[in-house]
Amino acid sequence: MASSVASSAKFVLALAVVACAIFFAGRAIGNSYAFFLGYVVVQYIVLGTAWNILGGYTGYVNFGVTAFFAIGAYSTVALYKLMPALPLPLMVLVGGAAAALVGLGTGYLTLRLRGVFFSIATLALAVVVQTLITNWDFVGGARGAYVLRPKMAPLMGGEYVQYLFVIMLVLCVIVLATARAIERSSLGFGFAAIRDDEAAAEAAGVPTLKLKLIATTLSGGFMGMAGAPLPYYVTYLDPTSGFNLNYAVNAIAMPLIGGTSSWLGPVVGAVLVGGLQEVLRVTISSAANVLVAGVLMVVFVIAAPRGIVGLFQGKRK
Amino acid sequence: MDVSYDLLLNAILSGLLLGGFYAAVSIGVAISFGMLDIVNIAHPAFILLGSYAAFIGNSYFGLDPILAAVIALPFFYLLGMAVYQVYYVAFERRDDQSLRGLSFFFGLMFITEVGLVLIFGVDYRLVQARYIGESLRLGPIELPFRLLVPFIVSMVTVVGLQLFLAKTFLGRAIQAVAQDQLALRLMAANPVRIKRIAFGLSIATAALGGAILIIIQPVEPSIGREYIGRVFAICVLGGLGSFSGMVIAAVTLGIVETLTSTLFGPSWAPAVSFGVLLITLAVRPSGILGR
Repeated sequence: MASSVASSAKFVLALAVVACAIFFAGRAIGNSYAFFLGYVVVQYIVLGTAWNILGGYTGYVNFGVTAFFAIGAYSTVALYKLMPALPLPLMVLVGGAAAALVGLGTGYLTLRLRGVFFSIATLALAVVVQTLITNWDFVGGARGAYVLRPKMAPLMGGEYVQYLFVIMLVLCVIVLATARAIERSSLGFGFAAIRDDEAAAEAAGVPTLKLKLIATTLSGGFMGMAGAPLPYYVTYLDPTSGFNLNYAVNAIAMPLIGGTSSWLGPVVGAVLVGGLQEVLRVTISSAANVLVAGVLMVVFVIAAPRGIVGLFQGKRK
Repeated sequence: MDVSYDLLLNAILSGLLLGGFYAAVSIGVAISFGMLDIVNIAHPAFILLGSYAAFIGNSYFGLDPILAAVIALPFFYLLGMAVYQVYYVAFERRDDQSLRGLSFFFGLMFITEVGLVLIFGVDYRLVQARYIGESLRLGPIELPFRLLVPFIVSMVTVVGLQLFLAKTFLGRAIQAVAQDQLALRLMAANPVRIKRIAFGLSIATAALGGAILIIIQPVEPSIGREYIGRVFAICVLGGLGSFSGMVIAAVTLGIVETLTSTLFGPSWAPAVSFGVLLITLAVRPSGILGR
């Protein structure tokens, strides 16, 4: 146990060093576009890893990524209207907590059944949360809401987008460390048992419902956190953009393309697909770039079911 | 709440007609999910493909949307068979339906939607036919043909498919696939071929479902998503594999949704199906007429 804590600490340290290096490299470039692009890619690492904690580790497919993501984003909008002085990290925590609760509730109602019912329920959840937000005038309703982005970043100086990027980097370190810790703990083995044969796991005394609820709550919470800074990033948020299907497709496609069995998969997928999308958006058109994730996802699930990481791991089964 | 009796009566009747239409949209999923155990969440996207096929037939060739759908039927059937073949080779044979199979259909749904956006744009499209806009009046009751025609088409489809499944060898084989594949093999029928045909049929119904969808309301590529919750709520509520249960569930949902939009406003209607789905899953997952 002590060695796994030490190994986790080393891992976090290594991630923090990488994150700092990325941030200062961005500052050295001194171009705010680098931060805007970096924010998107890191956001997708967080979203993809959050999805993978449930989808990749336990095998339960959550299609309602937009619901959890938008709950985080809209809780920030609500908090901004109530008390604009609240520091953003606190808003991120609140958004995460709200999304985690929704995850727990949905899981509690549907996870006792076969996995497909959970997936279908999450698909419908996205539509319902969108309906609720569209009808909720306080956060702008269908018209959308404006959030004023401060000019300067607090504490560290520089443009505000740098501050957003740092928050997302910190989140990314937390979510990756969590994912890796899960993989190496008894929790992770329980998840894998559920994924491989749930009935056998149940018979062997694995508390499957409890584990599934833990996974859903964690996964939903992290998705909410990933969405919470969004209003400050886009400054104008309406239901159509907050619930854009792209978020869901990307969050699912990236782990599947990178590989679902380890924390590295979503990172590889997010960097690759996110980067490719940005290149296509700049060079060809913004319509073509959204197709990429969907097409790549279909190609990968058919041709390379273990993703890019799986390709490099060789024929180990 | 001050709602007149006539308004309520009309809401219930148009809910009934709407429910009939929902049955046509759900029947494909009742076949693929209920009988073949294939969770085709891309079905609403195929329905929209059907809507656009009807739109093309109507606005470029001047065909009646339903006639256009009938012409499109064989193509949708072939498309369905092709999709099943890919699904079988890549997922079912590897016994990997849950995570990757679901993601496959999710990807198909997204690609279809974005493809339609790239071709037709995000504008609402509609069809022209003589009966759209007219109404049948019976005293205080007003039945728009825009809803009545889809209701009739839908009921004909449901009854036709029900007869096909109950009376023909192929139909019985499809029902048998749902129950016992090994026994079917022993009867010298190839379950993969039977499932391919059945999946083709399920996608073919999307051509009809799409045509009557575009008769009822103008469509744009993303409205398919609203139907995912509805379609699966109906199939689960009706009990998987049961057509009559599905029709009852569809009509129930149609009436509840119409009443909701009459009483609380149309923007709340999409939430109804999710509520129904969640309550069914939590209380009676086997559905109204489920075994």
